[in-house]
Amino acid sequence: MRKITLVVCVLLGLALSLGADTPVLLNAAGATFPYPIYSKWFSVYHTDHPSVSINYQSIGSGGGIQQLKAGTVDFGASDMPLNDQLLSQFNFKILQFPTVLGAIVPTYNIPGVTTVLNFTPQALSDIYLGKVTKWNDKEIASANPGVQLPGNDIVVIHRSDGSGTTFVWTDYLSKVSSEWKSRVGSNTSVNWPAGLGGKGNEGVSGLVEQTPNAIGYVELIYAIQNNLGYGLVQNASGRFVKASLESVTAAASNAAPKMQRDLRISITDASGAGAYPICSFTYLLIPAKIPDATKRDTIKGFLHWMLTTGQSEVEALDYARLPKAVISIEERQISEVQ
Amino acid sequence: MASNVSAAAHAPRPLRVRALVRRLADGDAVAHIVTLTFAASIILITSLLVYQLWIHSADSRKAFGWHFWTNSTWDPVFEHFGALPFIFGTVVTSAIALMIALPLGLAAAIFLAELAPRPVSDAISFLIDLLAAVPSVIYGLLGIFVVVPLMRTVIGPLLKDTLGFLPIFRGPNYGLGLLTASIVLSIMVVPYIISVSREILLTVPRDQREAALALGATRWEATWKVVVPYARAGIMGSGFLALARALGETMAVTMVIGNAAVISTSLFSPADTIASMLANQFSEATGTIYLSALIELGLVLFLITFILNGAARLLILATERGGGHAA
Repeated sequence: MRKITLVVCVLLGLALSLGADTPVLLNAAGATFPYPIYSKWFSVYHTDHPSVSINYQSIGSGGGIQQLKAGTVDFGASDMPLNDQLLSQFNFKILQFPTVLGAIVPTYNIPGVTTVLNFTPQALSDIYLGKVTKWNDKEIASANPGVQLPGNDIVVIHRSDGSGTTFVWTDYLSKVSSEWKSRVGSNTSVNWPAGLGGKGNEGVSGLVEQTPNAIGYVELIYAIQNNLGYGLVQNASGRFVKASLESVTAAASNAAPKMQRDLRISITDASGAGAYPICSFTYLLIPAKIPDATKRDTIKGFLHWMLTTGQSEVEALDYARLPKAVISIEERQISEVQ
Repeated sequence: MASNVSAAAHAPRPLRVRALVRRLADGDAVAHIVTLTFAASIILITSLLVYQLWIHSADSRKAFGWHFWTNSTWDPVFEHFGALPFIFGTVVTSAIALMIALPLGLAAAIFLAELAPRPVSDAISFLIDLLAAVPSVIYGLLGIFVVVPLMRTVIGPLLKDTLGFLPIFRGPNYGLGLLTASIVLSIMVVPYIISVSREILLTVPRDQREAALALGATRWEATWKVVVPYARAGIMGSGFLALARALGETMAVTMVIGNAAVISTSLFSPADTIASMLANQFSEATGTIYLSALIELGLVLFLITFILNGAARLLILATERGGGHAA
């Protein structure tokens, strides 16, 4: 009797193990901005493919890059695309895949002003350079005819922590102001000429809310979800555009032709009448050579899923989807992962 | 015993081993070895810490040398790094926090140890010890929601009206800044000063007080002129414990200090401290020189703490020799 039970158990065990796929566990780390959508994607992908578990730690873009360099994660995520100088610090090739789009908006708190303000690129860069110090300066007033702006000092608020948001904001200011580019430059953290720092989007918006005559920059998603008022920004075509999912995708699709050669092209200050000028992609950093065949196929499968089914999930979380032209460039790049 | 002596002649080693085993079984030697190991491990861990800071900051030390301590620019884009604004912020906020907290803490400790009835003293001390256990993020939130608006609307204008001619109270007042951070820090370190000073004051022998009273001193004179000087070393020790906390405090400071890498004579100006800067920038830093400079900043903080604590020890030694116990 016992022998028969033993034989049955062994056969059952064999049958079960033959039926199931070997579980694949992938580790990833990086940017905090796309964490909500990545977390949603990884859990939906796991439901569709139960043998695949992807573990993502949102420790910041810098942390993701460090861990990828050290080899502790299978792939990384960064808001800032890696330039050639950073890429040279890796001893293996990295492919960068844009996943979603984000935008940065200027938010302000001026006592007595309830209208939505228009900001020109010169006004924004001069405010952040500390050259425009009062709200009723003609650079701001000329874009807002009919609005009574007080003569109070502008309190500039920026990010105190390193962040992809700062990178996109300073990248835009570097494009529209040569003085900004030579004096300050663009990075996740810069030497701000003026202003106070707040920690995180919540720090900046909290400071702007609390401090009269303040101006700060926050992510569009954050502004939408917290019902913050934000201004319009003048784009390269001269129109004042309000940031929205449509205007952000428009900016990306206008930039798509330039991305044929390099997906890292910055899309700030994009051309096109409906394009919002301060937006950017966030990237997944995938090693070009993955020796483990199971992991390689899983990652390629996930990337393909992300570009097709995954994109339908992004708008529910207020991210903008990738334009079709960029998706087709990325599909071609997936084949470069060996 | 006789058998041991004869055994010694033939085989000296087993005798020594047996003597060692007997000593170890005694307990004292075991205790000696174990406590020595733990004490040595603390020194070992600290040296490992300094060693790690030293080697990981090698790139930055090579690039900047001593100029790191004197440069005022912190520019991750053009890779010019200087620690001076952060050293300034750290030292100034800690100094002002202690200037506010020491008199308050000492006065409270004197009240609790000398003047209050014992049950009241015990109850309040219990509450103050709880305050010391509150996480610093909570103090940061207290700072943002209470101290910052208070500074902007009440304290700042008051100081400007009365003492506005002093250079330390000039300049725009945003609510955030050096003074706000110092106030929040002082609230955080006061419990340490109170609880340690109270303990020290309670250990002052009764005959000191009684002798003073017998010589005709009033209660306050006995406390201030006899008891407190007797406990001076311990009170200064509590002050330096508080200083150590203030120097390393991160979250509460970063929420209220304004995070601007500037050096200014005005206390209303925003500033930044080393701990706050490290907490903000470390996770997103990329590039070898940038990371190395951040680690060198950590080394700078360690050295400042070390130097200040060393100076503290010397000060305590000097005052003790100068007659701490003499009447």
